[in-house]
Amino acid sequence: MNPGPTLSALSPAAQELILAAVKVALIIPALQGVFSLMTWIERRVLAFMQFRLGPNRTGPFGLLQPIADGIKLFFKEELMPAAANKWAFLAAPVLAVTTSFLAVAVLPFGPPFKLPQTLWVLDRFWPDWLRGRDFQFQIATIDVGLLFIFAITALGVYGVVLAGWAANNKFSMLGALRSSAQMFSYEIALGLSFVGVIMISGSFQIGDIVAAQAGGFWNWYCIKQFPAFIVYFIAAAAEVARTPFDLPEGETELVAGFHTEYSSMRFALIQMAEYINMITVSVLATNLFLGGWHSGIPGVPSEGLLGFVFWGGKVAFLLFVFIWLRGTLPRFRYDQLMHFGWKTLIPVAAVWIMITATGVTLWGW
Amino acid sequence: MGEPAFVHQAVLLSLVLFAIGALGVFLRRNVITVLMCIELMLNGANLAFVAFSRAAGTLDGQVLVFFVMVVAAAEASVGLAIVIALHRHKDTLDVDAFNVMKG
Amino acid sequence: MDQALFYAAAALAVVGALVVIGQKNPIYSAFALIVTLCSLSVIFGLLGSPFIAALQVIVYAGAIMVLFLFVLMLLNVKREEDVPGHGGRAMAGVAVVLVALLAGQAGYVLWNTTLAPAPAFDASTRRMSEILFSPHFLYVFEATSILILAALVGAVALAKKDA
Repeated sequence: MNPGPTLSALSPAAQELILAAVKVALIIPALQGVFSLMTWIERRVLAFMQFRLGPNRTGPFGLLQPIADGIKLFFKEELMPAAANKWAFLAAPVLAVTTSFLAVAVLPFGPPFKLPQTLWVLDRFWPDWLRGRDFQFQIATIDVGLLFIFAITALGVYGVVLAGWAANNKFSMLGALRSSAQMFSYEIALGLSFVGVIMISGSFQIGDIVAAQAGGFWNWYCIKQFPAFIVYFIAAAAEVARTPFDLPEGETELVAGFHTEYSSMRFALIQMAEYINMITVSVLATNLFLGGWHSGIPGVPSEGLLGFVFWGGKVAFLLFVFIWLRGTLPRFRYDQLMHFGWKTLIPVAAVWIMITATGVTLWGW
Repeated sequence: MGEPAFVHQAVLLSLVLFAIGALGVFLRRNVITVLMCIELMLNGANLAFVAFSRAAGTLDGQVLVFFVMVVAAAEASVGLAIVIALHRHKDTLDVDAFNVMKG
Repeated sequence: MDQALFYAAAALAVVGALVVIGQKNPIYSAFALIVTLCSLSVIFGLLGSPFIAALQVIVYAGAIMVLFLFVLMLLNVKREEDVPGHGGRAMAGVAVVLVALLAGQAGYVLWNTTLAPAPAFDASTRRMSEILFSPHFLYVFEATSILILAALVGAVALAKKDA
């Protein structure tokens, strides 16, 4: 066995650092790729639901449409309003994207698997410390993983607020205030919905929560904690401002809300932040409620690479449901939205927490 | 060896933050900025709590931090509600304008 | 590595605090305070308290500061004037001297103390919740719930327009 160049002398800390860097280098571009694919999928699926075709001219089946959009946005003129606050205007999309990608750091993107012992032809480049090593596409395992995600989601409000305020435009400001009020109102319901999951699985770490759902699909928390799942899904849709909660983006509402004054690449960054948020909540729902990478049918193995199929399928299904909702439901009015969040969703989540707590202590859930 | 890492420096940092917050409460004239400086002082105290909790090896300090955060949240919301009511009354946020009881 | 992170976060916290008290525009002060709070969260994490670090971001930076920003934006607060307030520059000087005195004394004491070696530290959430719901702190915990309820009702009552 060839140890490769000097890499075999690496300390465990250095090994972890290199692996983390590799994971970041793999996951972030993959997410960006999924984002551009999602724009195409969304337009096609919405179109089919509305009995039309959607983009099908650029490339085969319109698959080059995201690239065409990217090129267009790249060459568009970047406007900045004269009276806008320059630094805040530039910083807001950056803040939005940063918080979106930061939440990705504690999510597992698939099952843990063993790296191969040998790479056949390229074997002499495969370092010793990587052979047969346990690996999972999760950048950081923190003790309080779920709380970290909640914290980053809480920070995501600032991208919106900063964008609306910096543009020095009354429509933007009102849109930003509305959007951020929507976001942090439904954040409470979001947080409450996974308290039940934490109680039953006994850990804040997402890996532990997925492991607690092994066995059959009746162990999945979407069944054991069905009301919490419903509350989570609705709150997540409102949190990422998808229809029917997409008041900030509706064309007939306040122009374009908080991102009225943004054009070209800055607008693309804000859109990317929104789609990455959507992917994040879908991955979180898959891991917390739909059993992660477990197959759900006892007897069908889900170890290693086969788990990717199940996990990817579940995430894809949830993303499809988001698009489906967009094509089906009308938009909430702002006061209906706030009433629903505070007066319906939060009490339901709180009552379900009480029931779960009773269940865990008295009936041993 | 001795005290765990960063405890000493964290306590000094908490003192610095507290002092800066106290200066802000004395020197600033906008009510909301004064409230923000009070939050800064509370955070300095929180940092001292956490540092000493680490030094003592118990979690009592952190539980107190939890309570301080709750109280700070309650105080901030009521304080800002008062600010809104004051603004509605006098249309200014200058602390020196609210001296009706003076003299 | 940890050292560098601690000093960077501490420097950021102090710079943020100075901007809070130095900036004339309160909205810039609010954003600087958010930066300070997040760097404090990093320091809490380095001191071995991940739960408090997460809570700091969720409660302080994510909720309280959003409240501050909302009020600032809704009240359309402008830049503060440059004229010193009631009492003039002399009182401002007295304030600075008093704070410097306090900070100097406390700093001298703290600089010269050394703390005893610490026992092992388990700051997991489970341990924290065991303490929080123990008879020692249970009463305080329930009292804070009542406190929050009172604050909620009070804030709504104070800020409501008399319609």
